Amino acid sequence: MNQNKPLRSTVGKKVIMAVSGIFLMLFLIVHLGGNLTMFAGSDLFNSYAHHLEGLGPLLWVAEAGLLAIFLFHVISAFQVVAEKKRARTDRYAVTASKGGPSKVTAASKSMIYTGIILLLFIPAHIWMFKFNGGEPHPVTEVHGTEMKDLYASVAEAFANPVVAFGYAAVMFLLGMHLRHGFWSSLQSLGAMAPKCSPLIYTVGFIFALLLAGGFLVLPLYFYFTQIGGAA
Amino acid sequence: MKFTIKMWRQEGPEIPGSFVEYSIDNVLPEMSFLEMLDNLNEEIIGRGEEPVAFDSDCREGICGMCGLVINGMAHGPKRACTTCELRMREFPDGAVITVEPFRAKGFPVIKDLVVDRGAFDRIIAAGGYVSVNTGSAPDGNAIPISKDIAEKAMDAAACIGCGACVAACPNASASLFTSAKISQLALLPQGHAERKQRALRMVEQMDREVFGNCSNHAECEAACPKSISIDNIARMRREYMKAMR
Repeated sequence: MNQNKPLRSTVGKKVIMAVSGIFLMLFLIVHLGGNLTMFAGSDLFNSYAHHLEGLGPLLWVAEAGLLAIFLFHVISAFQVVAEKKRARTDRYAVTASKGGPSKVTAASKSMIYTGIILLLFIPAHIWMFKFNGGEPHPVTEVHGTEMKDLYASVAEAFANPVVAFGYAAVMFLLGMHLRHGFWSSLQSLGAMAPKCSPLIYTVGFIFALLLAGGFLVLPLYFYFTQIGGAA
Repeated sequence: MKFTIKMWRQEGPEIPGSFVEYSIDNVLPEMSFLEMLDNLNEEIIGRGEEPVAFDSDCREGICGMCGLVINGMAHGPKRACTTCELRMREFPDGAVITVEPFRAKGFPVIKDLVVDRGAFDRIIAAGGYVSVNTGSAPDGNAIPISKDIAEKAMDAAACIGCGACVAACPNASASLFTSAKISQLALLPQGHAERKQRALRMVEQMDREVFGNCSNHAECEAACPKSISIDNIARMRREYMKAMR
């Protein structure tokens, strides 16, 4: 009886997925804001990271919370896919969209694939930058304070074309994930006035474009400026 | 007109089916898809073979009995149209047309193109009704309902329960059907008394019938012969969340 466990129903799982997705999108906005300080130079970015680390236990709580939200999102996603597999065991010989109000897109149909790639990407990303690939971080001094030179690590990492273009490609997939996810989260919560639905669908596209674009520009910027510097 | 029909043939439940190709000539452009199938069946019977089983009843788009997946689209390529109202002029002369049954675990195939949609009846039985005594027909304006609300309830009530939403959904979800049935009652005062248990029980029954979850692809709305909006799915979720508390 899921009457006693309503969050385990199909509707409940989508609510979990939507709420966790919205928190992850908010996190991405903050993350991007931090990243963009790199354009203002190494000192601002390094001090920003230094201040974040200075939060100590507060940061750990935030990180643990983020991990929990992420896991809720991932687990409900795999449950939805399992339900889909169970609900259609015999596949159609031909499938086609009827267009019109349909929101079936490459983005909507590939949510689980773009999601799995992000799931694999994130630990590698954290290992690469938070833990500097297991090496001690380079150190710099900003206004007399000694701190990690994360800017240098980032610049060094993105001098490698495989890393820079790999990151850019994953960020493009993040954009696809957000293209469907932004609107879908609000639809799953029943949080849109029907009149606003087409507008929010368009806003979702712009949101995905700006967010993924913002993340995508950095690796390319570092790669091309350093190539230019070397030449 | 002349067509080649790639037809799904399946002798019975649990028996593996396969496609069989039929050619049909002398099809008039104004024939409905079902009339074309009737003619084809006449030919098949004439050859002493087993005719193709398919569902149909009113043949005017209101009963919800017909429903085929034609070239990968539930009820064929025309929007806001049932299979019985689909005319052969929608297809180019000489076309190869693939015809399949609705494919979903919740809609097991009985024979050829006929599927068992009893799951929908069980979802309705779980709460898609008003069981309190509403008395005799009230005076016209005794229960004021705004035009806007009345229209929304009527739009949801236009659902004929054909199952095209399930057939078209990439996840085989029955959310559009269930949400339309929840909405038509949740919007009106007569339905308010039982709205919480209705939302909980109908969603629970929907899940029990092994339909998939809704990933908001909105393909159901495109396939629905009555163009029922996915706004109803959003409403079903609101109703469910309110009932959870």
